[in-house]
Amino acid sequence: MAADTQEASVDSGFGQISRTKDVAFRLLALAATLIGIVSLAALLLNVAVDAVGWLDWGFLTNPPHPNPNNAGFLPALVGSIAIMIMIALVTFPLGVGAAIYLEEYASDGYLTRFIQLNIANLAGVPSVVYGLLGLGLFVGLFNIGYGSVLAAAFTVALLILPIVIISAQEAIRSVPDSQRQASYGMGATKWQTIRNVVLPRAMPGIMTGTILALGRAIGETAPLIMIAAPTTVFGVPNSLLSKVSAMPLQIYNWASYPQTEFQYGVVAAGVVTLLVILLTINSVAIIIRNRYQQRT
Amino acid sequence: MSRDTTASLPTGLGRRDFLAAASVALSGGMAGCAGVFAEEGNQVNIAGSSTVFPVTEAIASAFSEENPTVNLSLSKTGTGGGFGNFFCAGRTDINNASRAIADAEIEQCGENDITPIEFQVATDALTVVVNPEADWVDCLTVDELHDIWRAGGAERWSDINEDWPDEEFELYGAATTSGTFDYFNEAIIGEEENHRSDYHATERDRTIVQGVQGSEYAMGYFGFSYYSENPNSIKALSIDDDGACVEPSIETAMSGEYTPLSRPLFIYVAKESLADPAVRDFARFYMERAATDLVSEVGYVPITEDQRDENVSKLDEAIAEVTE
Repeated sequence: MAADTQEASVDSGFGQISRTKDVAFRLLALAATLIGIVSLAALLLNVAVDAVGWLDWGFLTNPPHPNPNNAGFLPALVGSIAIMIMIALVTFPLGVGAAIYLEEYASDGYLTRFIQLNIANLAGVPSVVYGLLGLGLFVGLFNIGYGSVLAAAFTVALLILPIVIISAQEAIRSVPDSQRQASYGMGATKWQTIRNVVLPRAMPGIMTGTILALGRAIGETAPLIMIAAPTTVFGVPNSLLSKVSAMPLQIYNWASYPQTEFQYGVVAAGVVTLLVILLTINSVAIIIRNRYQQRT
Repeated sequence: MSRDTTASLPTGLGRRDFLAAASVALSGGMAGCAGVFAEEGNQVNIAGSSTVFPVTEAIASAFSEENPTVNLSLSKTGTGGGFGNFFCAGRTDINNASRAIADAEIEQCGENDITPIEFQVATDALTVVVNPEADWVDCLTVDELHDIWRAGGAERWSDINEDWPDEEFELYGAATTSGTFDYFNEAIIGEEENHRSDYHATERDRTIVQGVQGSEYAMGYFGFSYYSENPNSIKALSIDDDGACVEPSIETAMSGEYTPLSRPLFIYVAKESLADPAVRDFARFYMERAATDLVSEVGYVPITEDQRDENVSKLDEAIAEVTE
């Protein structure tokens, strides 16, 4: 009780002004948070309401059609998933390999710092620039076909590679050095240490970073437009050189159709599908992280 | 300590499982690559006009339901963009075109040993639209249209007719890469003069609709199908070619009364691509379906059955030559 009054007197001694400022700042920060959350909720609600009646089994299993009642999302859905799998196969080994080299092997010289700086910068390069690179390199030079699964996957893989490398580096860095030293002390080689000590401890972080990067990749549209991915595809891709469409591309295309049923209903159904898949990917990332964290 | 080992055991197994799974997936992917790089089968690639796009989309969708293993790709590139960058470069098998192929494009195709075969698949009624509030105008003569859209022509509605408001035009039209622009330019402006350049040019018809809805003094033009989907929000003008006003509709375009703005729509098939069974099947399917309701449902005029028979025999001839 005595302590309470003492504290109150100290508080008032500090001045009434600081308390109002404190409250005002708290409200300001709350408003900043609410603006983001409320607009997101409004957007989701709006899209979800528009999608009602359009998002059904037929929508998920039909090819696109100029009549909104028959329009389907299947080729774009399968196309996006095919691109995702290829991206994962490309970025995971490359990204983790680069991170291991930079963290475990490379000496801290000018060259390493230069590479490190470049990777950090590459993560901020706009995606349309990667699209241009993909067009020149994969479609032009290597000639693997405009708008094919491989060209799309390689291009978007380049885009998210810096993000994967940086998150994998952070995961590897967070493994305590004492564990490495203990492993060396037991007579283990560098390779054995990386395989048995560093990678298992770093894996949850690496996986989370990679999956979150894949979540970004699934929404990318600009690089796909640049490598001339077709406006619409009918039938699912039957080889790695098949032309492929992706969900965001198909949504963008539908938004320009003359019928208002497309502009609201069908587009909204596509957006909801895309969001559901994106959230599924993100929740898989969270589950993986939690499972590994409980073990260690 | 013992807890630690039991904890690390499943992790080790998991890692080994993961490595095994990854290597299986990788080798599977590699094997897939090897098979795939050897041959690119069951693929039909189409690019070209955004005006013809809905027709091809309707037919491709119907085809794909019957032939789910064929992968059909369809791009909106504009007629000229489709010929120049895709069709004549050997990247696509079929090009949608809202005008006939140009001589320079035939030449470019020839350099790459590609022989384009022309098929008319539908007829369009290019539609001139104004804001529904513009109650002073229902019909324009070809000369008046010419005066509005030529470079250095009329600036205000009152320049055309003194009874009309003394307000400036707000014009929305097709971009120069579009076959719609080429056709309008040829039919209305003619070769001696130029299409004006101080108008809002776009490839997205929806932008034109929004622009015309937004201003009482606006005018725009695009393919009939876009108007037929928005008949209440914008007003289509009748066109007077030789003394009588004719409104744009599927019937007037089919009977040939709606001149000079009714135009044929084409697809061009590369003769060499017909050697591929998937392209062959799709082309045949297309020719048969072009004379049906599939086309009128998306707002165009289907070809007559005579034209269809002509197309089919032309196609069969080309197929016979390629497969011999």
